[in-house]
Amino acid sequence: MEKFETFSGLLAPLDAQHADTDQIIPKQFLKRVERTGYGEFLFFDWRFNDDGSLNHDFEMNHDRYQGASILITRDNFGCGSSREHAPWALKGYGIRCIVAPSFADIFYNNCFNNGLLPVVLAADTVDRLFGELRANEGYALKVDLERRLLLTPSGEEIPFELDDFLRDRLLNGWDQVGLTLRHEDAITRWEKDHDID
Amino acid sequence: MSLNIYEKICAEHLVHQEPGQDPVLYIDRHYVHEVTSPQAFEGLRMAGRTVRRPGLTFATMDHNIPTTSRDQPIADPLSARQVETLAANCREFAVTCFDMHDPRSGIAHIIGPELGLTEPGMTVVCGDSHTSTHGAFGALAFGIGTSEVEHVLATQTLLNRTARTLQVKVDGQLGAGVTAKDLVLAIIGRLGTAGGTGFVIEYTGSAIRELSMEGRMTVCNMSIEAGARAGLVSPDDKTVAYLEGREYLEGRDFDSMAEGWLAWASDEGCDYDETLELNAADVEPQVTWGTSPGMVTGVLGQAPTLADLADAAERDTASRALQYMDLREGQAMTDITVNRVFIGSCTNGRIEDLREAARVACGHTVAAGVEQALVVPGSQQVRAQAEAEGLDKVFVEAGFQWRESGCSMCLAMNDDVLSPGDRCASTSNRNFEGRQGKGGRTHLVSPAMAAAAAVTGSFTDVRDWDYK
Ligand code: SF4
Repeated sequence: MEKFETFSGLLAPLDAQHADTDQIIPKQFLKRVERTGYGEFLFFDWRFNDDGSLNHDFEMNHDRYQGASILITRDNFGCGSSREHAPWALKGYGIRCIVAPSFADIFYNNCFNNGLLPVVLAADTVDRLFGELRANEGYALKVDLERRLLLTPSGEEIPFELDDFLRDRLLNGWDQVGLTLRHEDAITRWEKDHDID
Repeated sequence: MSLNIYEKICAEHLVHQEPGQDPVLYIDRHYVHEVTSPQAFEGLRMAGRTVRRPGLTFATMDHNIPTTSRDQPIADPLSARQVETLAANCREFAVTCFDMHDPRSGIAHIIGPELGLTEPGMTVVCGDSHTSTHGAFGALAFGIGTSEVEHVLATQTLLNRTARTLQVKVDGQLGAGVTAKDLVLAIIGRLGTAGGTGFVIEYTGSAIRELSMEGRMTVCNMSIEAGARAGLVSPDDKTVAYLEGREYLEGRDFDSMAEGWLAWASDEGCDYDETLELNAADVEPQVTWGTSPGMVTGVLGQAPTLADLADAAERDTASRALQYMDLREGQAMTDITVNRVFIGSCTNGRIEDLREAARVACGHTVAAGVEQALVVPGSQQVRAQAEAEGLDKVFVEAGFQWRESGCSMCLAMNDDVLSPGDRCASTSNRNFEGRQGKGGRTHLVSPAMAAAAAVTGSFTDVRDWDYK
């Protein structure tokens, strides 16, 4: 996994609670056997009309949000299925950080295995960011994972919580399998104690 | 010290813990299916790794397969490729695979218990959120992402953040015609779709003890719909009785195994971080009106009136859901007509579910306005059992379609799909926008309620059913 470095990026809004993984990447796109190629299908049923044209009523599709690398959304983002195709689609679209008041468990975990940073902020802070983003075209945030901060264009620092281990995994781009295998002797010992051969 | 079952399982399976990091747990059982595994096997290959314990992983094909005929090759080339990829990966890494021609095949969460592969006290994972189903046996069972599938294949362990525990205690008796599905929908209605986030739920109380193993699986299955990663029930005599004689337990000393299993049950007087109490007698047959499982009410209830919702975000979400579902504010559930019916899935595709639905359907005919009423058994063994009992004939005579097993219209990856505007009474677990087909509208109900909707063409209180 590549290392997660400090970056500045445009924000795109997804003003919906409980955006589920069936919406993030609908099932008809789960038939691939690769990890890539899902970005163009992100939020497919919302982004596109039935005839395949772009749905201009969907806020993320507005010109001003093109090229966004940060998604801001509401409660319980990523609920539903465990499909890792959801973070793959977000990454494929260019998203590297998602800001929301809360995330569903499995999705949250899946992000860290894919170099994607989920940031939990208080609901009123998220609300305020939605307001600022809509009022200011080209609204961008700087994401400083090392210091666990988001920086607004006016220089305001918004701290977020994330435990050291998860932060360090992203910062270093660690491969979790490799990390665990450093304790292979402990696994072998457990297996011996439990008669697994 | 008194421990609850979750604490016991975590303690026993702890392999290693670095300070400041999540505990590494040993994984006893790993189920794999065609949709979430190809990239995991590919990852192994690219890193030059092998499957550490191939004997602990079992694969099945369930999501993508047709339910019509098993004689023809899969028509959709992409689905065919996924299924072939799984078969090839299992051959390469020496993993047992029940392919779609195997009489033991079916949905992972149905066949695991059926074959005796899921045991009390185990840690069970699968790249599928409804792995929580296996919690009915007193196993710690939860869904994982594809990177974690790869991690389990390579190391037979998983990093697992310690969850908080929520006891959902249900006492009292479910009324006639009210089922495990109604109970879990009512629980989700109370908790909300995110109310269980960060928790592992243990279901306790006399009403849970009263449930059959099938019923407990239905309840645990939908724990994820309340946001909980896992849901479980402490093992008891019913658990043991269900497992006796199952294929993968043969040749082992059953009595001593059973004794070990029962020891996993939560201790008297153990603690939980939170408790929610419900009275089963208050639960009526449930129908979802919206686009998340928490948007649910009793069959005699109504869709919400927006002005009654205090929270602005909740009002927005409800308004959007009503619009998608094409329902009026305050519309009575019994005033909703359906044109499709789906009976099946890992929530309600077991033999007991089919018996329940058949009992309602028996002697009746599918309503004229219902274009398709599908019955899809959860596994080939369930299918064979149902046929042995003549349930298939009951369904077919009433005008239902009798199919081969699989996930089918639960997520509509195969040909069983709703068309835009279709309205479906479904025994599955998710009513998300487009879940059963783009523009399709899903109402989650119990098998009995689904069968009744097929006969009357609208939601009907099964408590008043005219059984023939
Ligand atoms: S039946 Fe539905 S919920 Fe269950 S495993 Fe299949 S797709 Fe998932």
